[in-house]
Amino acid sequence: MRILEGEKVSKHFGGLAALSDVNLHIEQGEIVGLIGPNGAGKTTLFNLISGAIPTKSGAIRFKDKNITGLKPHQICRLGVARTFQSVKIFSNMSALDNAMVGSFFGMPTSMSPADAAREATKSLEDVGLSAAKAIPARDLTLVNQKRLEVARALATKPELLLLDELMAGLTHTEMAETMELVTGLRDKGITIFMIEHVMKAIMGICDRIMVLHHGENIAEGTPKEIAGNKTVVEVYLGE
Amino acid sequence: MNMTTFTSKKFLVPWLTSLILLVLLATAPLYISSYNIILVAAIVMYIILTVSWAFFSGPTGYISLATAAFFGVGIYTTAVLGKALPLLAVIAAGGLVSFVLALIVGAITLRLRGIYFAIFTFGLVELIKHVLLFWEITVTGTRGRFVVLVDNITIYYVVFGIFVLLLLTAYLIRRSKFGLAMQSIGDNEEAAAHTGVNVTMVKILTFAVSAFFIGAVGGIMATRWTYVDPYVAFNPLFSFLPVLMAIFGGLGQFYGPIIGAAIFAYLEELLLTKFPYYYMLIFGIILVVVILYLPDGLIGLMQRLRQRWQKGGLTGKHANT
Repeated sequence: MRILEGEKVSKHFGGLAALSDVNLHIEQGEIVGLIGPNGAGKTTLFNLISGAIPTKSGAIRFKDKNITGLKPHQICRLGVARTFQSVKIFSNMSALDNAMVGSFFGMPTSMSPADAAREATKSLEDVGLSAAKAIPARDLTLVNQKRLEVARALATKPELLLLDELMAGLTHTEMAETMELVTGLRDKGITIFMIEHVMKAIMGICDRIMVLHHGENIAEGTPKEIAGNKTVVEVYLGE
Repeated sequence: MNMTTFTSKKFLVPWLTSLILLVLLATAPLYISSYNIILVAAIVMYIILTVSWAFFSGPTGYISLATAAFFGVGIYTTAVLGKALPLLAVIAAGGLVSFVLALIVGAITLRLRGIYFAIFTFGLVELIKHVLLFWEITVTGTRGRFVVLVDNITIYYVVFGIFVLLLLTAYLIRRSKFGLAMQSIGDNEEAAAHTGVNVTMVKILTFAVSAFFIGAVGGIMATRWTYVDPYVAFNPLFSFLPVLMAIFGGLGQFYGPIIGAAIFAYLEELLLTKFPYYYMLIFGIILVVVILYLPDGLIGLMQRLRQRWQKGGLTGKHANT
């Protein structure tokens, strides 16, 4: 089943075309990677999907429902959650409260405080943060803050999870753990769309990769196909 | 919204203190002179303004300077409706008009961030003042209005009633899921929106609830003035004082703005009566010292002193062994 579809999605910032006529599709249960040089429009595409910036041209559909023009909180409640390139946590709140914002507000139906706390606790367990429940988010290490962002997203019970450079700034061990976490989430039935610069990570876990360059979709395929694609190697991998 | 950790002692002491204070306030007219009753009412009025302000601006981080506008709207509602309706209905009307005004203003302006929001809200005070002046000059042909008189004890109890209602509302909301949403907006608005929080709705509603209490207290305090005109009703000082009082007390805790407003308002009265010529000078010095040396306000100072005392106790024991 097709979970996300973008048709001729475009975004201009003044005269600059950040995205022009990008088509995309993501099937349920896939891990799809989104790569491209800096300024290629990757985060802009995420911002359009999640509603952070309004889509003026083109259409985005989630499970065959047109979500173009919806507000971020509406898109989240439909089942699309995301993390941010630069970590955006609620730094003055405890890890549990961070996740509870997700379980309280991120679902279409409202929940009792006890249920919300249970859901939040579960999502913290899923990312391995149960020991940090009561710790203020600002006191967590970078890798744990990134995990907390994932937990907060999970607490909204997403069907599609957008991960924006989850691996950036992590050590090798942390990266291996995080890759395991991502595949684990897919095994639980969450579809993943991830922006990543770390080639090892993206080649290792993605079913399919999409390449953006100057706001255009220049290639798409399995990791193997992308690694052997001449245009991609020229503009991105560089050798 | 820390549902996880309460120790019974931590929970009990503030509750008991608050209860005793509330009982003292409720019975105050029995043993306090008429002059002092009005003084206490004025102090409680400042507490209401400050807590209402902090209720919205504290967690969300949007600095509102519209307090004087909502306060003035309450005052003018009483001036207009005072003779037509019973007192409590007039007060409620003042609160409701402020509430609706805040809904409209909030819908227009709460997409503005930081300094722009502060400037707009301050502009609102001037705007309403001058619209009223224009109306009175060109349409009614009068300037100012007489307000119905109410006895001091009634004023006191209405102010006290608004105060209790406000405390209950602020406390319950702070501990509810709505309070969690407000805090998440203050911490990171974009992330809150992407986690399912309808940030616009939460901000506008909170702003309007805070405006309700400001308008209501304006409605009752108007009866003390006998005569109001737009300059009296929309005094910009009422926009700045609540901000200063809240910072003076400390914004981090629920009790900060309450303690800040109480001490600040009493200090102002004390200085004004004891040192009428140096009052502004002394007041200014105190403010500068607090801003420079107590960034977390009086509450922050109290916490630091307590920590130092506890640490001192521990090291003392170590020294003995």
